[in-house]
Amino acid sequence: MSTRLANQGRLINTDKAVSFTFNGRHLRGFEGDTLASALLANDQMLVGRSFKYHRPRGVVASGAEEPNGLVNLGKGATFEPNQRVTTTEVFEGLTATSQNHWPSLEFDVGAINTHLSRFLPAGFYYKMFMYPRSFWKHVYEPIIRKSAGLGKAPKDRDQDTYEHFHAHVDVLIVGGGIAGLAAALAAGERGARVLLIEQTAHWGGRAVVDTPEIDGMPAQEWVNTTVQALESMKNVDLRLRCMGAGVYDHGYALAYERLTDHQPDADGPRHRLWRVRATQIVTATGAIERPLSFAANDLPGVLLASAVRDYVVNFGVSVGDRTVVVTNNDDAYRTAIALKKAGLDVPAIVDARSEVEGDLIDQARALGIRIELGKGIAKVKGGKRVTGVALCSQAGQGAVLEEIECDCVAMSGGWSPVVHLWSHCGGKLNWDADQAMFRPDPERAPTGADGEGFVITAGTANGHLFTAEAVSDGWAAGRAAAKAAGHNKRGGQAPMGLDAAEGPISPVWLMPQGASHALRSKAWLDFQNDVKVSDVQLAAQEGFESVEHAKRYTTLGMATDQGKLSNINGLAILSQSLSADIPNVGTTTFRPPYTPISMASIAGVARDALFQPIRKTPVSDWANANGADNEPVGQWRRPYAYLRPGEDVHQAVNREVKNARDNLGLLDASTLGKLIVKGPDAGRFLDMMYTNMMSTLPVGKCRYGLMCTENGFLMDDGVVARMSEDTWLCHTTTGGAERIHGHMEDWLQCEWWDWNVYVANVTEQYAQIAVVGPNARKVLRKLGGMDVSAEALPFMQWADGKIGEFDARVFRISFSGELSYEIAVPAGQGAAFWDALLEAGAEFGVMPYGTEALHIMRAEKGFIMIGDETDGTVIPQDLNLQWALSKKKEDYLGKRAHSRSHMADPNRWKLVGLLTEDGSVLPDGAYAIADGKNENGQGNTQGRVTSTYYSPTLEKGIAMGLVHNGPDRMGEVIEFNKVDGGTLRAKIVDPVFYDKEGEKQNV
Amino acid sequence: MLTLRCPYCGVDADETDLHGEGQAHLKREGPGSSDEDFEDYLFMRENPKGVHFERWRHAYGCGKYFHAARCTNTLQVFGTYSAQTLEPPQDIKDKISDARPGWSWGTFK
Repeated sequence: MSTRLANQGRLINTDKAVSFTFNGRHLRGFEGDTLASALLANDQMLVGRSFKYHRPRGVVASGAEEPNGLVNLGKGATFEPNQRVTTTEVFEGLTATSQNHWPSLEFDVGAINTHLSRFLPAGFYYKMFMYPRSFWKHVYEPIIRKSAGLGKAPKDRDQDTYEHFHAHVDVLIVGGGIAGLAAALAAGERGARVLLIEQTAHWGGRAVVDTPEIDGMPAQEWVNTTVQALESMKNVDLRLRCMGAGVYDHGYALAYERLTDHQPDADGPRHRLWRVRATQIVTATGAIERPLSFAANDLPGVLLASAVRDYVVNFGVSVGDRTVVVTNNDDAYRTAIALKKAGLDVPAIVDARSEVEGDLIDQARALGIRIELGKGIAKVKGGKRVTGVALCSQAGQGAVLEEIECDCVAMSGGWSPVVHLWSHCGGKLNWDADQAMFRPDPERAPTGADGEGFVITAGTANGHLFTAEAVSDGWAAGRAAAKAAGHNKRGGQAPMGLDAAEGPISPVWLMPQGASHALRSKAWLDFQNDVKVSDVQLAAQEGFESVEHAKRYTTLGMATDQGKLSNINGLAILSQSLSADIPNVGTTTFRPPYTPISMASIAGVARDALFQPIRKTPVSDWANANGADNEPVGQWRRPYAYLRPGEDVHQAVNREVKNARDNLGLLDASTLGKLIVKGPDAGRFLDMMYTNMMSTLPVGKCRYGLMCTENGFLMDDGVVARMSEDTWLCHTTTGGAERIHGHMEDWLQCEWWDWNVYVANVTEQYAQIAVVGPNARKVLRKLGGMDVSAEALPFMQWADGKIGEFDARVFRISFSGELSYEIAVPAGQGAAFWDALLEAGAEFGVMPYGTEALHIMRAEKGFIMIGDETDGTVIPQDLNLQWALSKKKEDYLGKRAHSRSHMADPNRWKLVGLLTEDGSVLPDGAYAIADGKNENGQGNTQGRVTSTYYSPTLEKGIAMGLVHNGPDRMGEVIEFNKVDGGTLRAKIVDPVFYDKEGEKQNV
Repeated sequence: MLTLRCPYCGVDADETDLHGEGQAHLKREGPGSSDEDFEDYLFMRENPKGVHFERWRHAYGCGKYFHAARCTNTLQVFGTYSAQTLEPPQDIKDKISDARPGWSWGTFK
C-alpha cells in the first residue's frame, strides 16, 4: 500500500494538517503536499479512468507531465475540470472528484472497452463510422459526443478575478532549478534586468532531491544561498508558481502565474498572465523522465522512477512497500537507493543493460539490492493495482523467467530535455544518440528582429544531465544573455558542481525487444489517450509515415499533456516500424502553451463592461432611461426602438414609423461618420474617392456619394456637404467611419502623398439629430433662430446658424422620404438639444424612433443600405445607381474595375422591389428559385432578398432584392424558398414603394 | 508577435498596435490599363519564404502607414521606412544583401 512515512518529507509541514475530500471521502494531508502526494499518503492509488478504454489509472509522475491524475476541482463557481493532482497544492477544504467513469471510479461500465480493445485499434473511428452515411448524424455522432471529453464543463460563472501584467526585461529565465538560478545570478551580477520564473512552489528543481554538491555545499544550501543573493538584487525579479507558457516572435513570451490556487481565500487575482518582451530568453526548463514500454505499464502503481523518489524525499510518501525498479540508465538507481535508505523494500533492480558500472551501481550493491542485468519486464501483474512483475530477458520475446511480488514499479527509460519553449518559435533540435535524446541545436536558435538568436537554453534542458555541467551551463547562459542584452559588468565565478560518476544509457524503446503482439498491444505509450505500441505500428503499416500523420491517426500526444511522456517513445517506435533513423522521422511540432492555462487568465480583466468599450452618443443616457431596446452597431449601441410600457418591439417600431410619417420623429444620428476633408487638393482627392463628382459641388450644397474599392465593389455611401472653397464634410455609414478614414489616409499617404489634403475624423465631436416628418419645420420655427424655410434652406442644402440657443449646422437631407433636417450641434450641447426638441415637439406629436423604423422608412423609399443591399460583391450598376457614376471623370477608385468583362456584363442580378402575393413578409436572405439544377445537384437560383420588412405605411410586407435582369422583368412573379421548406410567390416591382415623386421630402 | 519601429514616431510598436496592410510597392493601374496589368495590380501578390516588403499601419499609434522589409521565414527585420517612396532605401537594400546575398523581390535586388 502507499502510505506516509514518519519523520520524512522535505516540503511538508507535519505540524499543520489539512483536510480535503476526494470523491466525497474525507482525507488528511499536510501543508506542502500536492494533491497527488496527499492522495498517495491516504493509499488512494486509483485516481481516474483512461479516455478510450476506461482503464484504471494511478499517478505516474510528480510534476507537470502527469497524464493520468486529472480531477474535477472545486464546486459551483469555483468548479474546474482536468486539474493535475501533481501540480495542485492541497489546502484546507479542497474538494476533488475523479473523471471519466460511470457509475463510480472503482466500478466503471465503460471499462468494457478494454475487453473490446482488439476491435478498437488506431483509426477505429475513421474506419467504423463511414457507413452507412446517414448513421453518422443520427447514431454515431451523438454517441461519440456523449462519451468524448475528459471532465465536465463548468456550469456556473467564474467568481475569481484575473489580470494581465506587461513586463519588459533584458533577460527572462524560465525555470528555477540550479541552471536557472545560476543563469539569474550571472545575468543579475552583470546588471541585466532579470525575470526568473519557476512553475512549482519551490526553487532548486530536481537537484535538491538528488543532493549533489555545488560549491562545496549540499544542493539545498546552495539553492538557499543563491535565492537570497538574487532577492537582494534590485534588478532581479523572482516568481514562483509562474510557468513559462510560450515563446513567440521577437522575444515575446507568456508566463502564467497561479497566485491563489493554493490559498483560495486570499485576496487578489487568481491567475496572472505575464506578457513579457525580453531581449534574451534563457530556457532552463529541465528534463522529463521517459516511461518504458512493457505490457501493462499503465497499471496504478507503475510510476516514473524519479516520481517515486520525489514522493519519498519531498513528501515522505512511499508509493509501495516493495518497489521493483526497471531501467536502462544509472539515474533510476537513485530511486532504489532512496527507497532502501527510507527503510523500504526493493526486491530487484531490473536493468535492460547487460553491463553496468558506476558510483550509483556500487552504492546499490553495497545496500544489498539485487540487480538483474540484461533483463526486462514481460508484464506487470495486477488489476486495479500492481501485484507483481514477470521478468524476462530483454533480448528475447517475453518468455517469463521469474515472477516477483511487488506493489510498485519504478521505471526509467532515460531523460528527455524539455525543449518546448526552445521550439515554440522555431528553435531546432539535434538527436544525441549517446544520451538517446533530442537536444536544442544552439546553432539554430529562434531568431529575433535583428536576425540573431534570442533564446539560449541551459542545464538539463540543454541535454546536460549532470549537476556540474548543468550549473555551469546555466551560469554561462545567463552571462551570454546579459551580454547580448548589452550588460557587461564584471561578475563572480561560475558555480562548481560535483556528481556521482554514471555509465552510459542504452536506449530501450520496447521491453522485451522482441515482444509479441499480445504484449505490444498492452504496452502503453500515451496513457491519457490510450495509445499503445501496437497502435503506432499499425499506423506505420497503414501508411501514416509522417510523424504528424501518425500522431493524428493514433491520437498519440494529443491529450491535455500533449505527449510530454509519450512523444519520444512513440516516434522511436514509429521510426523502428519504418526502419528509419529517429532524427529522420523527427518530432511533432511543439506548440504553446507548455501546460494548459486557464481561459480566464487569457481574458484577464476583459469581461463585462471591460470586454469591449461601448461607444455612447450624447443621447444614449436619455435613450437608456426611456425604453431603448439597443442593438450593437460596430462598438455603438443604438436604440432599435423605444418601447413604451405594454408594447412589444414590433408594435413600437410600427408606431414610430407611422408617427414620423404623420407627425414628428427624432432620430439620434450621432453615430454617422463625419470626416472633414480639407486642403487645396481636397476636391481632386474626393473626385478619386467618390464615383460621382464632388469637386463641382457648390459651397452650401449636399450631394449623395458612393465609394467603391479598386475592385469596383460598393464599400460605403453618404451625403457630402461642401463647407467652403477648400473644405468638404463627408458623412459615412455608422460602421464605416474609422474604416473610411483609414482608407482615405491610405490613398493620401501611400499613393498621392504630394496632394495637399488633410482628413480629420470628427464623428464624436458632434451630436447629430434627424428631425423628421410633416411637423419638422414647425418645431424648429418654435425653437427659433435661423431661417429654415423651403426658400432659405431648400432640399439638399445646408446652413450654419442657431436653432434656439444651440449652435447648429442644419442639413436638409432625408433618409426617410419625409421633410427632414439633420442638425449637428457640438457634442456637449447634444443632450440639451435633444431635450429641447422633445419639449418643443410635444405639441406636434414628437416621438423618437430607432434604427428599425429608420430601416423601414428607407426601404419604403427604395434607398439602399450598405451591408444589406451590398455584401462586397455588389457594384453600383447592380443597384441601378449608374447616375452616380461620373462619366466626366477620367479616373476614380473602381472605374477601371467596372470595365472588366464580368462587371460590364448586362446579365447580372439587379435591384428590384418585391411584393408577395399574399402580403406576407419574405424571409431575409431567401433565394429566388430558378428552373433546373446546377452541377452539384442543387436547385438553381435567380436572385435573393436583401431587405425585407413589414411596412406599417403600406400595411403589408415589402422587400428589396437582387434578381437576374430584374429591372427588365417588372410584373413577373417569382418564387422564393422559405425556411420551413415551403415557397412564397412575389411580384417584381419598382423598389420605391412610397412617394415615388419625392414630393414629401421636398416641401 | 512582431515588433516594428514606426519610422514616423520612432516607437517600437507591438504587432497588436499595428495593422498589416499587405504587399508594399504596388503600382496602381487605372483606366486605360490592359486587363493583364490590372489583374496583376488587383490580385497578384508576392508570397515569398524569405525577403518581403510589406505595408503596415501604426493603427493604434500615430496612424501612419509605413513600409517594412523583413524575412517571412526567420522574422528578421531589415528595416522600416516611409511609405512615400517607390522603392526601398539603399541602406536597407544593402542590409538585406549582407544577410541574404543574391536576394531579389519583384524588380528589386
